[in-house]
Formats: sequence, structure tokens, C-alpha cells
Amino acid sequence: MKNSNFFIIVRLALVFIVLCGGVYPLATTAIAQVLMPSQANGSLIKNEAGAVVGSELIGQNFTDPRLFHSRVSSIEYKAEASGSNNYGPSNPDMLKRTKDFIAQWQKDNPDVALNKLPVDLVTNSGSGLDPHISPAAAAVQIPRISQLTGIPAAELERLVAAHTQGRDLGLFGEERVNVLELNLDVQKVMKP
Amino acid sequence: MGTLQMVVVILILLLLVKPVGTYVYHVFSGEPNRTDKWFGRTENGIYRLIGLKQREGMSWKKYALSFILTNIVLVAFSYIILRVQRGLPLNPNGTSDMEQTLTFNTVISFMTNTNLQHYSGETGLSYFSQMAVITMMMFTSAASGFSVAIAFVRGITGRESVGNFFEDFVKAHVRIFLPLALLVTLILVGLHVPQTLKPTLEVTTLEGQAQHIAIGPVASLESIKHLGTNGGGFFGANSAHPFENPSPLTNVLEILSMWMLPAALPYTYGMFAKNKRQGWVIFTAMMTLFVLLLGLNYYAETRGNPAINALGIESSQGSMEGKEVRFGIPQSSLFTTVTTAATTGSVNNMHDTLTPLGEITPLALMMLNNVFGGKGVGLINMLMYAIMGVFLCGLMVGRTPEFLGRKIEAREMKLIAIAILIHPLIILVPTAGAFLTELGKGSITNPGFHGMTQVLYEYVSSAANNGSGFEGLADNTSFWNITTGIVMLLGRYVSVIAMLAVAGSLLRKNTVPETTGTFRTDNGLFTGILIGTVLIIGALTFLPVIVLGPVAEYLTLR
Repeated sequence: MKNSNFFIIVRLALVFIVLCGGVYPLATTAIAQVLMPSQANGSLIKNEAGAVVGSELIGQNFTDPRLFHSRVSSIEYKAEASGSNNYGPSNPDMLKRTKDFIAQWQKDNPDVALNKLPVDLVTNSGSGLDPHISPAAAAVQIPRISQLTGIPAAELERLVAAHTQGRDLGLFGEERVNVLELNLDVQKVMKP
Repeated sequence: MGTLQMVVVILILLLLVKPVGTYVYHVFSGEPNRTDKWFGRTENGIYRLIGLKQREGMSWKKYALSFILTNIVLVAFSYIILRVQRGLPLNPNGTSDMEQTLTFNTVISFMTNTNLQHYSGETGLSYFSQMAVITMMMFTSAASGFSVAIAFVRGITGRESVGNFFEDFVKAHVRIFLPLALLVTLILVGLHVPQTLKPTLEVTTLEGQAQHIAIGPVASLESIKHLGTNGGGFFGANSAHPFENPSPLTNVLEILSMWMLPAALPYTYGMFAKNKRQGWVIFTAMMTLFVLLLGLNYYAETRGNPAINALGIESSQGSMEGKEVRFGIPQSSLFTTVTTAATTGSVNNMHDTLTPLGEITPLALMMLNNVFGGKGVGLINMLMYAIMGVFLCGLMVGRTPEFLGRKIEAREMKLIAIAILIHPLIILVPTAGAFLTELGKGSITNPGFHGMTQVLYEYVSSAANNGSGFEGLADNTSFWNITTGIVMLLGRYVSVIAMLAVAGSLLRKNTVPETTGTFRTDNGLFTGILIGTVLIIGALTFLPVIVLGPVAEYLTLR
């Protein structure tokens, strides 16, 4: 290869380093920040007092039995990292974790039959940050929350229904309930 | 509803094949067309900047050398940046420099369009590295692969030369990847994917705990990650992370982004060959294999994990371990199948947690490595099998095989044999090697047959330049960084060079006139032969190892 060609290659590389690695990401950041600042900055949720309580996209760890609980997360919803244990389907540790979870669940929710407990609540999501549970997974938590808070079950069912998001365009994905948004409303009803 | 949503996405793809394929043909055919007016000025500016005066056609050797040298320069730049990222600007979270074997692995991984990640984006990279190294290489590796595919097509369809690498590389960026990435980025932001330079957010949760939420310029990486069939995530959880893929709608957009160009390339090839049926034969063979394997994964995942189902809970949702509620089984299955078919390697559910039969789908697609395939490489591989099919049929009737009017002779078949054999060689030998050493075995995190699949998957993914992982494998060690780095290098460059050599060799041959005795390669019969060739070679090579991993695990769980 001639020398001139080598210089073309170096210059070619430099042009596209600047264009694709600099101009493109910075320009899209600028456009996004100007046109869609809320979405571009993590879709944050504020409470009534105006304080940021989280992001509508990122799940949180709920341990208070008076609130709806999220799915199992090996990272306990610590969002500075993401991921799961990656247990294979035959992994004995996964089976043990699931059995332990079910035992604890039955203790906390004695009024709900085991065959009503949906599998999404028992399993670890891929990201460990899943903000959603299935509508069925919300429904099975209503008896416990109703008993502990005194909020009538019908009122909780109404809240769950109000926070149930349908399939996108009526077709894609699954029905789901955003746990953080639902709990914000549960707290509002609980406080007065 | 589950089947319907997959069918609708496939239908949208079918509608995109012709317009996108035609557009790509116009970009690279060299014939004057409308797109010249929009992009010509920018391209001429770039040609001047890089000092490219004439854009004459290259010999295949010069084309290959230009491709490799450009990649070397980009690799050198990226290696330096990652090693000193701590002191560079745009590092609001104080990320430290990357360790050397991990850097070696990472730069090879991104240059070869593999995007295997032994680091976690949240903690391993500064924003500057995410942009200047990762995002940049997602463009340049995709454009490199795309250019080579077009060069190969020019060769076998008998254009005057394989083309000019610099011109193809510039055009792939200016007319395809940059405008598409800009568009998809903005749509993704509209659908809530973040795009910011702010550091990690700190919030107080509803229960009063501190939560640190990693964020950054995600959307601009996410768009090219799929358009360029790259697959490396901004975050460790990749497209399962709600910031990378917040809703089923973004999921569909990401699926189409990574699938559209590889699926349109057979059509482009048909236009180059001046016989669109040639393109449809290739496309049909790819789609048939795709649908079969999608069906297998969907069937296995909806049935769920027998060990969990036996616990007496409500398990009609299917196997939800490692999956996100918003996607459910259909959107997860489709993503898994497309990402391993198109060798993207992003994941929206954890492949390590797939049910045993469900695991076969991603493994098989990467082992075949020609069902749509990554930026251009899938088309090259499928055409390689087509030539192989012609050769087998020629042997059976005792006639010199021909493909697109050119004789296929010993030199071409030797090169194709090298390209076909290198793939199982760099998968099976290192897999066996890893089991012989403590360094390899020590990283397995799942006991039993599943552990076998973890190791196999890592090398299959590296060799196919896919980059998805059985992420449970503890792979950030010198052993894994170096061995998978070498496998990725061989997986990318050996077959590409061999196939460019085939293209160069075919270009020098005279056309054989078509007669009634010519074996046709543009009809249903040949589609069947092609699928048969792929399956026979693939099955003969990989069936034993599939039995040792997923099938054995299935039998123990059933």
C-alpha cells in the first residue's frame, strides 16, 4: 500500500471519530434537551410536595407490607447497576430462592390461595429494575394491604385498575401496573 | 394475542424489504440517482477532507487491506482512550481507567461488530468513552461490514470491480447510518429513553431509601446499537434495562431497527444480480429458518420452567425468570430470535435464564450465522452456502457447477471450505479447551449441563460476532478476555478475507452462456436445496454439542 493511501486511512478514521463519536451524540443530546427535557432526563416522578421520588421507568424496592411489592430483584433495585443472578432453569439456588419466597409470601398473605400467586411476582426480572408487575400480581396483594391499612378492597381495586396500562397500541407487549405510581396513590389515600 | 403481535412485526418487516433494499442498491450501485442530490455535497466535503482524489475501483486485495488498516487505526485510537479515560473530559461519575486485557477484549469486540461486553457500562465507562469509543465504533464497524458485503455482491454479480472501500465506507455512513440513527434516536427519546450528560441521579424513594439511578447519553447509543446490529448495551442489563427499552413500542422499534437492513440486503443483491428472484430465494431460505426457530423458542418459553410450575403457583405467564413484565413472552421471544439471527447481540431478557429448549434458538442461529446475519456478513455467509449447494448438485449430476453464470472451480471451493470450517473450529476447540483448565471452568456459575451451555454460548457468540452472553458466566478474567478476543478476531476477518478472495476470483472469469442444461438458482427447488445444505452442514457440525448442553438439561428438568 502506498503512503498516500495510508494517510487517507488515518484521515478517514479521524473524520468519523469526530463525526460519529462527537458531533452526533452531542447534537442529539442538545436537540433532545431542548425539545423533550422530561423524557431526556429520566422521566422523573415528583410527589405532592414537589420532591423527586424516583423515575417512572425504574422500579423500587418496597418492603412495607402496607404497600404493593415489586418483583424479586437480586440487586434490590439498586439502579447504579443492573442485572440479575442469571440462574439457569435447573439451578438449585434458583429453586431454593423461589421456595423461600413462596413460604414467606404465604405467611404474609394467608388469605390468598397459592394457585393465585402469579409467576412474575416470584421471579427475578432481567434488569433487576422492572418497574411493573402484572395486574394479577397486584390483585393478589389487595387482601393484605386492605387488612393492614383499612382501605376497602374495592377502593384498592379501583386504584389498581386506574394504574393498569394496556398493551401498546392495543397490541404490543403485556398489560402492566407501575408499582411506584400505584403506591404513591395508596399513600395519598392512607394519609389523611 | 401473543402470536398476532409477532406476526404483525414480521409483516411490517416484509413491507420494509423492498423500499429499503432498493434504497441501499441506489446508494452503492454507482448509477446516478436522486440520493446524490441530498448527500453528494456532504460526501464531496468528506472526500476532500480525507484527501481522496480518485475513486477508482480497487482489486480485492487492496479493498481488504484498506478495510483492515482502517479498522486497525480505529482500534488503536479506542485502546488509548479506554486506558486513560479517567483523566479525560465528560467523566462526571469518576470512572477509572480500564484494565488492559479487558480493554483488549472491548476494542476487538466493538471493532468486529460483536459487542461482547465483559464490563458493565454503568461502572466501566465514562460518558466520553461511551460516545467517542463505543458509539463511534458502532457506526464504523457496521459501515465496514456493510461495505465488504456490497463488495462481495459486486464481485459475484460481475461488476467491473469490487468497488472503492473509502467511497463505500463514507456512503454507508452519510446515506444510511447517520440519518437513520438521528431519526431513531429522537423517536426513542420521545418514547422516554434518556439522552443527557448529567451524572448518576440521586433520589429518595417512597420508603425513604437513597436510590442512585445511572443515566447518560443512552438514546444516541441505543439507536446505532440496533441499526448497526452491534448490540452492546449502555447498561449491564442491555435492552432489558427500562432506560434502554422502556416499553413494548420501543421494543418493536428496536427489533425493526436491527432487522431491517440485514433483511433488505438479499433484495439489494437481487437488484445487483439483475434478477430479483435470486434475492428472494435467499430471503425465503432465511425467513423459513427464522420462523422455525422463533416457533421453538416461543413454544418452550410459554410452557415455562417445569421446576417452577411444579410449585403450585399460577404459572400461565410462562417462564418469567430473567424477563420483563412489559414485554412478556412474545416480545421477549421475538427479540431473542431477531437479535441472534441478525447477530446484534442485545438482549431484552436474560438468555442464561431461558428454558433448555428455548436456549437452542439463539445457539442455533449463531451457529448457522447466516439467517439474516449482521451487517452484511449474513448475506455473505448465505451466498457461500448457496455456492456450496450449487457445488453439491453439480457433483451429483457430474457437471461443472455454475453460479450466476460463472464456473465454480477448485480455488473458490477451497476458499469457501476455509470460511465454513473456521466457524466450528473456533467454537468447539476453545470450548473444549476451557473445560480442560481451571481458568475456564472456574467461571461457570450454574451447575450441571447448564454450565456446559454457558461456556459454549460464550464462544459461539464470539465466533458469530453476535455478542450476547449467558451473562452468569464470570467472564471478566484475563483467560476469557484474551481467548474470546482472539476468537472474535478470527471469526470476523478470516471469513471476510476468504470471501473477498472468492469475489476477486469470480470477477476474473468469463461468463458461461445460459443453456437449458444450466442449473437454475432462482426457483423453489433451489430454495429447498439451500435450506437443506445449511441444515445438513449445521446439524452435522453442532448437533453433538447441543445434545450435551440444552438437550441434556431438558431431559433432567422435564
